[in-house]
Amino acid sequence: MNLFIASVRRDLLVHFRHPSEVLNPLVFFVVVISLFPLGIGPEPGQLKAIAPGIVWVAALLATLMSMDSMFRSDFEDGSLEQIVLSEQSTFIFVLAKVVSHWLLSGLPLVLLMPLAALLLFLDEAGVWALTLSLLLVSPTLSLLGGIGAALTVGLPRGGLLVTILVMPLYVPVLVLATAMVQAAEAGSDTIGYVYWLLAILFGSMCLAPIATAAAINVATDQ
Amino acid sequence: MLNWFHRLGSPKTFFEISGRWQVPLLSLAVLMLAGGAAWALLFVPPDYQQGNSVRIMYIHVPAAILAQSGYVMMAGAAAVFLIWRIKLADVAVKCVAPLGASITFLALVTGAIWGKPTWGTWWVWDARLTSTLVLFFLYIGVIALRSAMDRQAGVGRACAILALVGVVNLPVIKYSVDWWYSLHQPASFSLTEKPSMPIEMWLPLLVMVIAYYLFFFSVWMMRIRNEILVREKNTDWVKQWLAVR
Repeated sequence: MNLFIASVRRDLLVHFRHPSEVLNPLVFFVVVISLFPLGIGPEPGQLKAIAPGIVWVAALLATLMSMDSMFRSDFEDGSLEQIVLSEQSTFIFVLAKVVSHWLLSGLPLVLLMPLAALLLFLDEAGVWALTLSLLLVSPTLSLLGGIGAALTVGLPRGGLLVTILVMPLYVPVLVLATAMVQAAEAGSDTIGYVYWLLAILFGSMCLAPIATAAAINVATDQ
Repeated sequence: MLNWFHRLGSPKTFFEISGRWQVPLLSLAVLMLAGGAAWALLFVPPDYQQGNSVRIMYIHVPAAILAQSGYVMMAGAAAVFLIWRIKLADVAVKCVAPLGASITFLALVTGAIWGKPTWGTWWVWDARLTSTLVLFFLYIGVIALRSAMDRQAGVGRACAILALVGVVNLPVIKYSVDWWYSLHQPASFSLTEKPSMPIEMWLPLLVMVIAYYLFFFSVWMMRIRNEILVREKNTDWVKQWLAVR
């Protein structure tokens, strides 16, 4: 538990002192969102219809942008190796890394959601569903992305490869989350989607760190 | 039994045993492919609704079945490699990935060709098509990781981890895209249920499925033999084997 708190605190501190790494994906997210009305045309009805998909794809891309750096600096300065060699559990360390990644990339995206929804003329029910869906799913994105980040940490340029490895794993949450927003806009019940997304979140919370820890063991084993 | 398993795990023994199996397996596969294809394309009566285009099924359905079970087999080999560190399992994972990706691609292409006359469109964003496409991306991921990590020590284990992660996700992906309204007909082939098509259409399909599997296994085995020769090229037995040739 000490390792968990110490790791999260250190990550937050490091990124607080160098905020650009945290801010860049958020700026990217807003820029991508605002490009769509320019490309498609400013007609509110059309934008409203495709808003959930646009916001979600932009959020996935923004998350993946920050994914590559999850373990990279720790790998390069050797602290990742020290963690693996120490008697501390790698599983807990991975969870700590995922939590700090979520606090620095997932949570700010959730907070940006109302702005994105405003730009695309979503109505109130849609805004709430969109924010809730991202709140439920963004930890899953960090958990699954961690696997890709750990697998590619030993490579000089892992960024694009992470996207290829992780994107297929994001399909279920993307389908369910956009369906949830559309259901909310149509005025129907969304609780079933909430249960599904929570089930996926807890499932990946149990399983994904195992794979990530195994991948870290491989990367530091050379 | 366990002893046999360990012995088969040594590249040299596998190479010797598979050398004896290679020719009969491949000839049986080619024979059944040719026979099944001739049966399906020439002698099966045309469908009352789809006409002759139903014959694409005999190419498409076995590919689609094999695409999925190929991934499961790859994950099985990956698990064997991670648990027992049998090097041959890593060779198997490496050799099956491009094979599975090509079979998945074949399933997608034949599906598109079949979709045009029956649905009137090459592609629909339907549940089964989408999950096959995602399966294709999963294969591509394993291949991409392998080629990016080429010559690094942990490449086999990294790819094995990725294959296992993919196989855990496969059912989730499948069921989540099933939520969409599906244009695709339900599974047309199952061994456990009574066939929904007449027996004279079902039998050639069975032949084709078995032929696809045999072909898959024999090509997989040939690729493994090739890879063994490359990896063990500095050992005495490979040098002797090459000298005899």
